[in-house]
Amino acid sequence: MAEAPIATPIEPPPLPHTTRPLHNLPPPFTHHALEPLTQGAEALVYKTTFLTPHTPVVVKYRPPKPYRHATLDRRLTKQRLLAEARSLVRVKREGVHVPGVLGADWEGGWLVLEFLEGRSVRGVLDGWVKGRGEEEEEEMKGLMRRVGKEIGKLHGLGVCHGDLTTSNIMVRTPTFISTSTSTSTPTASSPLHGKQTPSTLREAAMCGDEEPPPHPSSSSSSLLLHGDIYLIDFGLTTSSIQDEDKAVDLYVLERAFAATHPAAEPLFHQVLASYGEWGGKGARSVLRRLEGVRLRGRKRSMLG
Amino acid sequence: MASVKTFTLPHYEAYPVHVALFTDVTNAPFLRSQLLDANPDFDYAFLDASMILSPSHLLSATFLALHTFLSAPTRKKTRTPHSELVFRLSPNNNIGESYKKFGIADNTANVIAVKLPLCPSTSTSQDASSEGNGYEKDEAITAESVGKHLGDVVKGTSVGLREDGDELGAWCDVEKVRKVYKLGGGEGQKGKKSGVANGHGEEKEGEEKKEMESVILGTIALKGS
Ligand SMILES: Nc1ncnc2c1ncn2[C@@H]1O[C@H](COP(=O)(O)OP(=O)(O)OP(=O)(O)O)[C@@H](O)[C@H]1O
Ligand SMILES: [Mg+2]
Repeated sequence: MAEAPIATPIEPPPLPHTTRPLHNLPPPFTHHALEPLTQGAEALVYKTTFLTPHTPVVVKYRPPKPYRHATLDRRLTKQRLLAEARSLVRVKREGVHVPGVLGADWEGGWLVLEFLEGRSVRGVLDGWVKGRGEEEEEEMKGLMRRVGKEIGKLHGLGVCHGDLTTSNIMVRTPTFISTSTSTSTPTASSPLHGKQTPSTLREAAMCGDEEPPPHPSSSSSSLLLHGDIYLIDFGLTTSSIQDEDKAVDLYVLERAFAATHPAAEPLFHQVLASYGEWGGKGARSVLRRLEGVRLRGRKRSMLG
Repeated sequence: MASVKTFTLPHYEAYPVHVALFTDVTNAPFLRSQLLDANPDFDYAFLDASMILSPSHLLSATFLALHTFLSAPTRKKTRTPHSELVFRLSPNNNIGESYKKFGIADNTANVIAVKLPLCPSTSTSQDASSEGNGYEKDEAITAESVGKHLGDVVKGTSVGLREDGDELGAWCDVEKVRKVYKLGGGEGQKGKKSGVANGHGEEKEGEEKKEMESVILGTIALKGS
């Protein structure tokens, strides 16, 4: 990553200063209906609704690059968009937690994805203060194990994410599933009884309690620690059976962890332990390969 | 007069979609023959309700039919918006197959009728790229006009739809849908615990259906790519 450039890299022209939207949106979308979320180098991400007025989604739009040849640009945009959408549908079919694809127009350059309410793992780590009590520590560990599990499931399918940073892993806020049709009265027969979990919170809500039972740190961030892990941003995803590619996925994430939080090392250890359990036969040799990738990474950074 | 629910799709608000549900239909052969004869008065998508999982399932194909005819004519695979809707529902690229799976058969009892508010453009001076096949809003089509006509021609029980239109998925044959979209899992699948005994059965079933819907929507969105 820190290799000395041989020639000055060609960069896109600087963005003009303006308060007006920078891009025309492809039909049928209008700026009026879209709320900008992020503007990366490649894609613009907006929040809006789709199919029904109460289905929140993100629209991921890859605008044309004016500095690239138009025909080539269209072809590359289409390839990337389709690679992303196909990977998402494929791994979702196999049970990996990823946002659903609700719509796509590869000529128009846009993709509509299920909106995930929640926070990136990066955000969760940023807000994480160690020593808030053993219970929350355990919850955090559990969260990390679920991260390892999703990556293990993905790799087990022979799919490499390609950009596995803490920003591209999301923790979904637990939802209180509609209780209107449920007539069951959950009691202590719940396998999780005695512990503060989303389902006990949900039960409390269903019993009509004004507030969930008190909890040492029953803040929204504590609730988030119970959330499901979702992998997002499949723009660089590849099919690969190579241990090396999978190990690089893990290495990228390890670096991202280290850069995010001083206490990240033991947490990442949980990720790897769970990865080993869920990633099938291949996981062990991937973990072994990770050692080699680390070594090379260290050498490269020493050479600067 | 049949009961009609009008859906407004986000981003295509100017093109309200009219939907009616009928049960115990007795004249499916007649409705089919009108479609086969291309009787212009029977320009609808008549669907077998057992193949529709949920409102979103129907609306995703509906969105694509609208989008294709209004904004992406190069993606057009069939002649009319309604045939495009039937085609878009199917995971398969064969139009005849799409009609066989999702359209009505002579013995179909539960029918969903969809009317898109589109007609061929009258302004002939359109750009050449649209092959003179442009479509525009048909202002003559209203929930009233659709309800009146369907009430006259469909012999069956009209079912009113609530705001969310959930009734559209109530006649679904989930296992049949699962098969057509080649989804694994479902009943009798190894490793799947029966969720009914623990009091969270309904919840689990709902989650499973959501996941199924999500994969189906993705399949529909990517068809032909
Ligand atoms: N399905 C989603 N639900 C909620 N937020 C999302 C979703 N997808 C993306 N986001 C938000 O938008 C941000 C950018 O999305 P994403 O990572 O997919 O694009 P990107 O990094 O700009 O694209 P790329 O790397 O493919 O060029 C994410 O970090 C996240 O905050
Ligand atoms: Mg990203």
